[in-house]
Amino acid sequence: MSLQLDAESAAILSPGIDLRISRILGRYFVYGCLVVLAAIFLAPLISMLFTSLKSMDEIRSGNILSFPKALTFEAWQHVWGSACIGVTCGGLKGYFGNSFLIVVPATLISVGFGALNGFVFANWRFRGDHILFGLILFGCFIPLQIVLIPMAGLLGVLHLAGTIPGLVLVHVVYGICFTTMFFRNYFVTIPAEIFKAARIDGAGFWAVFVRILLPISWPIVMVSIIWQFTGVWNDFLFGVSFAAGSSQPVTVALNNLVNTSTGTKAYNEDMAAAMIAALPTIIIYVAAGRYFLRGLMAGAVKG
Amino acid sequence: MKMANLAINHINKSFGNLTVLKDIDIAIEDGEFLVLVGPSGCGKSTLLSIIAGLDDHTSGSITIDGKSVQGLEPKERDIAMVFQSYALYPAMTVEQNIGFSLEMSKMPKPERLERVGKVADLLQIRHLLKRRPGQLSGGQRQRVAMGRALVREPKIFLFDEPLSNLDAKLRVEMRTEIKKLHQRLGATIVYVTHDQIEAMTMATRIAVMKDGILQQFGTPEDIYDRPANVFVATFMGSPPMNLLPAVIVDGSQGLSIQGADAMLPVPFSAVTRAPQGKKVLLGIRPEWLSLASTSTYQPTLDLYVEVVEPTGPDIFVALRLGEREIMGRLPTGSRTRVGEKARFAVDLSKAVLFDAETGIAI
Repeated sequence: MSLQLDAESAAILSPGIDLRISRILGRYFVYGCLVVLAAIFLAPLISMLFTSLKSMDEIRSGNILSFPKALTFEAWQHVWGSACIGVTCGGLKGYFGNSFLIVVPATLISVGFGALNGFVFANWRFRGDHILFGLILFGCFIPLQIVLIPMAGLLGVLHLAGTIPGLVLVHVVYGICFTTMFFRNYFVTIPAEIFKAARIDGAGFWAVFVRILLPISWPIVMVSIIWQFTGVWNDFLFGVSFAAGSSQPVTVALNNLVNTSTGTKAYNEDMAAAMIAALPTIIIYVAAGRYFLRGLMAGAVKG
Repeated sequence: MKMANLAINHINKSFGNLTVLKDIDIAIEDGEFLVLVGPSGCGKSTLLSIIAGLDDHTSGSITIDGKSVQGLEPKERDIAMVFQSYALYPAMTVEQNIGFSLEMSKMPKPERLERVGKVADLLQIRHLLKRRPGQLSGGQRQRVAMGRALVREPKIFLFDEPLSNLDAKLRVEMRTEIKKLHQRLGATIVYVTHDQIEAMTMATRIAVMKDGILQQFGTPEDIYDRPANVFVATFMGSPPMNLLPAVIVDGSQGLSIQGADAMLPVPFSAVTRAPQGKKVLLGIRPEWLSLASTSTYQPTLDLYVEVVEPTGPDIFVALRLGEREIMGRLPTGSRTRVGEKARFAVDLSKAVLFDAETGIAI
């Protein structure tokens, strides 16, 4: 009887060989699933990259996932510098520049205002503050299509229709809702005693904001910048609606480029153009993605 | 250092129908150490915020140094505050944290650094000046928070439960240190705590609060030896004061303890104020009981010893008198044994009587 008990307790205390094998198998299974899923996710991107580096002959004869036999950057050069978009044949580069001219100010201005708004909503009580914040939150849920016509009217009144500053304005207005929400939700996690201490120390609105708050806000600043940058960069609807001709962003130009090609479809050029249009957002995610995750998690767990 | 007297005049505060503070009236002299003590939710922290100017009050006034501070911003009240969570600015070094208020008042940098350095030496944190709060231990953060208050050389220091985030050992050390600082600077301090030991050890004046009402305001001795009511008697002191229900008999000369077949004389201080037949509570602190020698002239009770708890310096004894439980505190070495009945002398010169209905001291 006592012998039996000992064997049982021994089995409980040190995991047997069976247990160890099943643990290793479990681990292989998890990694296996992750590899398969990652491959499925990456396949379109790899296919685009490979196709853009092939000649049309090779595309016609080969598999869409096969590695290019003769690497060529001709397609990339062509769409960047000399492809015909509509009636002009200057490639994507001008529109690529336009996108930067839109994205950089739109991101900086909306993040700046979002930070200020968030600070006010998190720490200052005034009449109707909850209602105002509710309205701003509501702005996050307004579908883009609904604002197109009134916005077009507004831009007309402001004499900004069809211009880059006009597009910047549209993106700032639309982005402020999101950035305000991000910053406000981040700032409410900061202990109220810090603001009280600052008040006793005699720090005013700007001193608290610039000296105390901003230096500890970089995670949420990164989140807002990435959010705004990718959102504005990838925007097509506002771009196609409010920009005309040479002030169009790269997304609209990409669409026009793909639709302009005559005769045979130049898949390699289409893919190269799409890669060029997507590159900045890919780079920003690779460079700053970990801050994005960290910023989204900030406040969820203390410390 | 310039110091100021502080007067809290009939302060009321309410949110709608909810009264948070009711007619609080306290005044202290220059250099006093006032402790606001009470259970959580008693309004002590709110009162401190009102003094600081961080919170509004409904009616009443605060004067510092004889001048009303009505409508003044916190920075204009010449006060400094130490918070429970320390509330250090995370992105600034210790030096910048301490010097921030001086920077905000546009003091030139060399003078500022000199003041910061002096405070850092006083608190022995000079070696930490270049670090950030995240790199400090709890005790070091506490010192920085105090440094931030000290550097302003304010008229009044406000402390909001500054020690409650520290471990027990550090808390006792810092307690002594704050008291030393008070003696050295002669500073006027208002200190909020829920810890009655902190209140007793540090204060020159204690204000005991409950449910927004000031229960008693007095010196630590007043509060401990002559509590104004049953709440103060049981809140201050550990183990708390024993309260025995009794009835006045014998033409106001005797006390018949209810639930036990025992009599004691009425404490001298209450003789003229307690009519025969009145229901009272007899308050006896555990240390006012002692093992009776055969020749004692004090009144005695025969008590049954239920539990003996040696703490080191003292022995706590749980005693029984009929239905009543009584806690006693005896010096180490006292010879008591569990299960035996022993004769205890009661120091009735100190004992307190409370009205059984109102709970107010007679």
